[in-house]
Amino acid sequence: MAKVFIYPATSLILSDLVARYGHTPLSSATAIRERIQTAGIESVPLQITPEEPKKGLRWAAVEVPSGVRGRMALYGPMIDSCDAAIVIKDSDLAFGCMGCARTNELVKYLVREKKVPRLDLNYPKSEEEGTRFVAAIKRFLEGLGGGK
Amino acid sequence: MTGYAPKYPGTVTKYIVVESPTLTPSELAIHAYEISQGVMIKETCFGLAINGSEDVVDDLIRKLRAFDPDHIFVKDRGFVPGDPRRCRSSLGGARPGFHGIEFETTVLPYVSHGLTELRSRDAGSIPAPQDTLETKKLDVYTLKKLIEALEP
Repeated sequence: MAKVFIYPATSLILSDLVARYGHTPLSSATAIRERIQTAGIESVPLQITPEEPKKGLRWAAVEVPSGVRGRMALYGPMIDSCDAAIVIKDSDLAFGCMGCARTNELVKYLVREKKVPRLDLNYPKSEEEGTRFVAAIKRFLEGLGGGK
Repeated sequence: MTGYAPKYPGTVTKYIVVESPTLTPSELAIHAYEISQGVMIKETCFGLAINGSEDVVDDLIRKLRAFDPDHIFVKDRGFVPGDPRRCRSSLGGARPGFHGIEFETTVLPYVSHGLTELRSRDAGSIPAPQDTLETKKLDVYTLKKLIEALEP
């Protein structure tokens, strides 16, 4: 069972398909859950403490905004531990109230640099594209081997 | 600065999103209540949020997915259902993560179609998706025209 990093990390579709074909999706929910379920200092809403931007220094330089470094404290360990990655390129939802464009660029760069098997896709816009989308993900995940 | 103690340590929360022409979230919630074993279930407009120990939640999801496997989708959630830091009952308006689900819900029918198709077709025989977003870079002549057009 491979650990598959998904981008956008909050994607319902990727999270479902990766788990459906027997692998472990690495999503932001699991990283947030770790913090929500760990006792410590109250830091609403996401339990992101001042320690996180310090941890983020592993992936981003000190002059990078703390928001990027704080986010990298969530995504960095997942990228480090992933065996493969699926990236949706036209994922506008990754930018906005829960996203950060610079973090997204850094995340995609680190995934590319890690040289793990990677599948780049766009969201399907028709039924035919949907079939190709699911088939490509299925082929990719079956190619990783070890699916549950 | 106050201390923080988690309310439900060691549990997992998962969303079940229903995008089915034959099954509503409320029907799925009734099925979930019937077969659940000590898990917390919250019905939402798009499906369910389930909290409990991992093996029990996974078992429940496996059973629920069997009702309509191509139209039921599952994802992890960090917060427990009704957590005041995220629940809109205490914050007002949709929580930020809802907008992601809202967008992907528009794509789910195509994904469901793909899952149904793959039951009768071999994934190897289906061509790879076309990259429809390959855009040409803006050339300098077009850029110059744009700049001139904007000048008064």
